[in-house]
Amino acid sequence: MPTKIEKDSVTGRETTGHEWDGLRELNTPLPKWWLYTLYASIVFAIVYSVLYPSVPGITGYFHGVLGYSTRTQVAADVRAMAAQRGVSMDKIKDMPIEQVRENPQLLAVALTAGRITFAENCQACHGAGGEGRPAYPVLADDVWLWGGKLADIQQTITYGIRSGHPDARVSQMPRFGADAILQPAQIQQVADYVMALYGKPVAGADTAAGATVFAENCAACHGDKGQGNREFGAPALASQVHLYGDTRAVVVAQITNPRQGVMPNWNVRLDPATIKSVALYVHSLGGGE
Amino acid sequence: MSDAALHPGAMAVRAPVDYNMAVVRKFTIAAMFWGVVAFLVGVYLAAELSWPALNLGYSFTNFGRLRPVHTSAAIFAFGGSALFGTSFYVVQRTCRARLWGGEALADFVFWGYQFFIVMAALSYVMGFSQSQEYAEPEWHLDVFLTLVWVAYAAIFLGTLLKREESHIYVANWFYLAFILTIAVLHIVNNMAVPVSIYMAKSYSVYSGVQNALIQWWYGHNAVGFFLTAGFLGMMYYFIPKQANRPVYSYRLSVVHFWALSFTYIWAGPHHLHYTSLPDWTQTLGMVFSVILWMPSWGGMINGLMTLSGAWDKLRTDPALRFSVTAVGFYGMSTFEGPMMSIRDVNALSHYTDWTIGHVHSGALGWVAFISFGAIYYMVPLLWNRSGLYSTKLVAWHYWIATLGIVFYITAMWVAGIMQGLMWRAYDQFGFLQYSFVESVSAMHPYYVIRMLGGVMFLTGALIMVFNLVMTVRSPSTDTKAARDDGAALPAGLAVAGE
Repeated sequence: MPTKIEKDSVTGRETTGHEWDGLRELNTPLPKWWLYTLYASIVFAIVYSVLYPSVPGITGYFHGVLGYSTRTQVAADVRAMAAQRGVSMDKIKDMPIEQVRENPQLLAVALTAGRITFAENCQACHGAGGEGRPAYPVLADDVWLWGGKLADIQQTITYGIRSGHPDARVSQMPRFGADAILQPAQIQQVADYVMALYGKPVAGADTAAGATVFAENCAACHGDKGQGNREFGAPALASQVHLYGDTRAVVVAQITNPRQGVMPNWNVRLDPATIKSVALYVHSLGGGE
Repeated sequence: MSDAALHPGAMAVRAPVDYNMAVVRKFTIAAMFWGVVAFLVGVYLAAELSWPALNLGYSFTNFGRLRPVHTSAAIFAFGGSALFGTSFYVVQRTCRARLWGGEALADFVFWGYQFFIVMAALSYVMGFSQSQEYAEPEWHLDVFLTLVWVAYAAIFLGTLLKREESHIYVANWFYLAFILTIAVLHIVNNMAVPVSIYMAKSYSVYSGVQNALIQWWYGHNAVGFFLTAGFLGMMYYFIPKQANRPVYSYRLSVVHFWALSFTYIWAGPHHLHYTSLPDWTQTLGMVFSVILWMPSWGGMINGLMTLSGAWDKLRTDPALRFSVTAVGFYGMSTFEGPMMSIRDVNALSHYTDWTIGHVHSGALGWVAFISFGAIYYMVPLLWNRSGLYSTKLVAWHYWIATLGIVFYITAMWVAGIMQGLMWRAYDQFGFLQYSFVESVSAMHPYYVIRMLGGVMFLTGALIMVFNLVMTVRSPSTDTKAARDDGAALPAGLAVAGE
């Protein structure tokens, strides 16, 4: 075992005298700046630990001389935010929604609050600009299932549609095929008729039979001319706007075993002023009445 | 040229030892194979984040299942194989002793570890996971890995015990710290109760916030002892070898080794700032992380300062360039880490892509680069070739990969800080300025840049594979390469008094 101490001509330092596979180590002292920065970081750690909650005990812990706690900090932050919002939101809460719309300052706040609330809660289904998705209605046009006035929209958001809330908007289209209310042939006939209603007639189809079936089974809700009825959230069928699509397969499926859309009642998640704000925002997207 | 020629008669050449280099060769091949797999899956995941349609709608191509394949392939398969291989290389040569336990035990460690990796990856894509980051394999694989790991530790310790050198070289301290600590971390974090002996499903014995604390004690020390201590071991052997210089400071190596080992183990709670973890625990994790800065930098200083008098080699040896750049990235990451652990910085950085950037400056810049440097150095010696097939290709690899890392981490810095700022931005009325999904769509260009960085890194690795394959296929040399004889004095040294 060679234990000769060598001298390094580059640094002027000596080696430790050991050698492993040709490797040697210089006996250079610790760099001063390194050591002092290490000490400084230890001092920082001690000071920080005195200021903030740090050392555990048997039944509790040392809370730090600043009395800091992440819980009290977040509570204070939330209070400050609520206070800032409250200046306008308290007024919006107590004011009828139509009056908010007439008040430019409050409307600016409501549209700001409405936009971000819509983005965080509504746009996953209804699209970022209220453009809708298959089965989720467009909010940016003037076709409304349950009404497009401010109060209508506010009510829909508050209690939802088929949400289970007692005040929810509820209607149910019968399962004409699944419950054998109509014969398969009749479903085909009425499908022909409905497609003719929205301007996509099937070539050579006899719509007379379908018209009879429609008058007896569908017109009560969807209107005798297929104009729809907001009382029941019954969509207009004589319309180019379709919730689920305009192909024959979709129409037949919808008559046979209808899909019934559900929207949550947002009153469990959003406060009344925020719901008003969202209603104002949705109303402003282009189709508000 | 042999340095022995410069110092004739400086040192007597001792009788050669018959080292077990077969297992080192196997691990080297495995490291390159898994490296390419890890980078490829990483690139695909980056593309999925840029264009979610690439999830393809299959459960097994879903981001959530492929991500652990990427992280495990990078850390455990690539990094692990590199560590196993180099540790067996280094411990034999610096102890002047053949691996303890014989060929069969070493082969069991190799094949056992590879089997574990393949089974783990398969189980992830099939949907089996403990849902603990970097500890995803279910209990039966954990038990198997424990056996492999005990065999590994036995070989390493056994070789240290039968060494012919009186002292243990610093690289082996770091390898040993890595082996022992990972054993403890693995066992403690994976304590779980299987639903049934026949089912790949278990529940952790820790619940709630205790589970989170143990998990991040494990997770952060996987970084500390797998990705830091282990690769520092690699650094302490290969940089002095490549630079042909003595290690800068023995004293620094002692102090920073113990400081690093002691301090790292406390730092885990900084992953749980602003959670239900008690405030005092968060503070302790933070202050120990800050203290960790200098112990980490001790390794950087020793790595870089070892090049004193040999910096000119960077012009001619691009493999050394990898090792030195690795130490640079190591220094950067180990400054960034303590900074991000400070509570108020973490308020901005946590849950953002800044963390992803930080991890990758460590994983690509430090772990992969130091491994590339070591493998470029080892391969001609392991296969008894006079040198690499092409030094020029090494230089190409170096620049493409370095540029790829720069793309990656700068994109993630911008993306992460932008996310943090967007999430905390309030308008003049006190409402959020941006919805979450707006912050997601704002990430798109940076995610694409990140993916391009990954493509470059992968390209570099493929160049490396080609270069190494061509090296191995080149004719063998009878005379061992000059730098292999281990008896020459490093440049600049003269026996004191001569």
